[in-house]
Amino acid sequence: MSEAPLLDIRDIRTVFRTSAGEVPAVDGVSLSVAPGRTLGIVGESGCGKSVLSLSVMRLVPRPGRIASGQVLFQGRDLLALPEGEMRSVRGGAIGMIFQEPMTSLNPVHPVGWQIEEAVLAHRDVSRADARGIAIEALRRVRIPAPERRVEEYPHQLSGGMRQRVMIAMALACQPKLLIADEPTTALDVTIQAQILDLLRALQAETGMAIVLITHDLGVVAEMADEVAVMYAGKVVERGPAAAVFGDAQHPYTLGLFGSIPRLDDESDRLLAIEGTVPPPFNLPAGCRFNPRCAFADARCRETLPPLAPVGPNHIAACLRAPVEAIAA
Amino acid sequence: MLQHIVRRLLTAVPVMFGVLLIGFVLLQVVPTDPATVRAGPMATPDVIEAIRRDLGLDRPLWEQFLRYLWRLAQGDLGVSIINNVPVAQELGATIGPTLELMLASLVWSIPLGLLLGTVAAYWRGSLFDRAVMAFAVAGVSIPVFFVGLVLIWYVGFKWQLLPFTGRGGPIWTIEGLRAIALPALTLGGVFVGPIARMTRTAVLDVLSADHVRTARAKGLAERLVVLRHALRNALIPVVTLIGLQIGFLLGGAVVTETIFSWPGVGRLAVGAILSSDFPMAQGTIIVLSLGFIVINLIVDILYAVLDPRVRAS
Repeated sequence: MSEAPLLDIRDIRTVFRTSAGEVPAVDGVSLSVAPGRTLGIVGESGCGKSVLSLSVMRLVPRPGRIASGQVLFQGRDLLALPEGEMRSVRGGAIGMIFQEPMTSLNPVHPVGWQIEEAVLAHRDVSRADARGIAIEALRRVRIPAPERRVEEYPHQLSGGMRQRVMIAMALACQPKLLIADEPTTALDVTIQAQILDLLRALQAETGMAIVLITHDLGVVAEMADEVAVMYAGKVVERGPAAAVFGDAQHPYTLGLFGSIPRLDDESDRLLAIEGTVPPPFNLPAGCRFNPRCAFADARCRETLPPLAPVGPNHIAACLRAPVEAIAA
Repeated sequence: MLQHIVRRLLTAVPVMFGVLLIGFVLLQVVPTDPATVRAGPMATPDVIEAIRRDLGLDRPLWEQFLRYLWRLAQGDLGVSIINNVPVAQELGATIGPTLELMLASLVWSIPLGLLLGTVAAYWRGSLFDRAVMAFAVAGVSIPVFFVGLVLIWYVGFKWQLLPFTGRGGPIWTIEGLRAIALPALTLGGVFVGPIARMTRTAVLDVLSADHVRTARAKGLAERLVVLRHALRNALIPVVTLIGLQIGFLLGGAVVTETIFSWPGVGRLAVGAILSSDFPMAQGTIIVLSLGFIVINLIVDILYAVLDPRVRAS
């Protein structure tokens, strides 16, 4: 973590206006990723990880807004940029891909045209040159016969191919950072593996950093250098992947690991975390995880725990950490 | 694409047959006897009977219909009972002005409706949005003849700004333009509201789509996001809905032509029906139905042009 971070999110808070007042979807999150590294953000649906990624791009849909915080990218605060400059960051220095390759591409334009559009938005090149760049981008994501594929429409491509097109589009302008929001969730397992391999290979080629958002711990384990676990709008545990996977300290992280099926496990039931993520307009007092936590005590119901060191570069927000102490 | 068009043309054949049959039957049901009309008020029963035989009205209905179809197949639409002019000739003279009026109405109302609907959707919930929606509801509820009469009264009669009866000449002349202004405003005016409303709904729908988020994440300017990714996709449902409004447009044309004395097919139809001029009424019904089918075909082709998924299937 000695290298200056490429992206440094500081205490960001994104709220949504509802009839019950403003509710936080992301509540004071700080994260960073260094050039060429991969940060995995994990959590259940509704924990705020997608809103966080949209906050970085300043694409939070109405009635949401970023209430406070900083998003430093190469030292500049993106939240303070004029909209015009922010546009040149989107798709230029930061590329983004989304969960649904089926719907994330516009069905009425050829895929090549959609990549060219991204190129033309950021680079001063002719239409013909943009076409060449688009074909090259498709070739880089291992799409066969890219000269032909550029003419095709999204409905003519499979899900995996479409996600490759999305990646090609996001990378067409050689971004320093790729934000991948659940890039493999909608794909079947073999295609998932191909897409992850592709992302890793492209990262090695280009040296870009990746923020990988997923609910799939397997994907994080395979890809991430650093891991942040989010729960109810907050980061509850963060550290190097090896530390978080090998020595998880937050009961929620432990719960997530417990709900992964294991081949060597003889029990026929999976451990599930009881209950669901509390909605942002109805957060419990104290630790937000306490109603679902097996270790919670009276203190947990009153005090919101801060992130505190539990190991080298490894922090967790649990009053009862380290968990070994509870078990003993 | 060509296959698509041919298929659509083939399905138009039974539709056209249905139109001819219904048009024929409807005119049989009308409680006026064309022979009496033709003979005039002073004619004796003998004369009327002779005219009836002459017109073939004494034959069984099915035979009359078949003879009618046979003549039609030869391009013979019959002769007006009232003034003995061939129906085809009258229709030929009126189709041009009707097409002119439709074009002049659509050429401003469709772009304006698209613009209002898109802006209203983009600034959803704003004052502008509410104003457009109020205007759209008014446009749907106010009948064509009322708009026409208000325009005639104020713009035409009181303020004497524009002529309000008849056609002033070819549309590319100043007189022609001045004469078509009020009818085109009337007929187009009732079309803007529905188009704005449909566009707003469709654009709102598309604006929340994933691919619009992708377009923004690419760094496109908002203007391009709205034009190329929201409006462009919203055109598909909008065109479909415009297709469904064609009957409304043709009906509006009939009313507009009548109140502005516009020498088109619609006014001819009203005149023919009012004077029990059966061959002429049948001729206008055929032309208006053909118009309906042709516009529908154009909409269908547009639909395929706009949506690559339709082209493929």
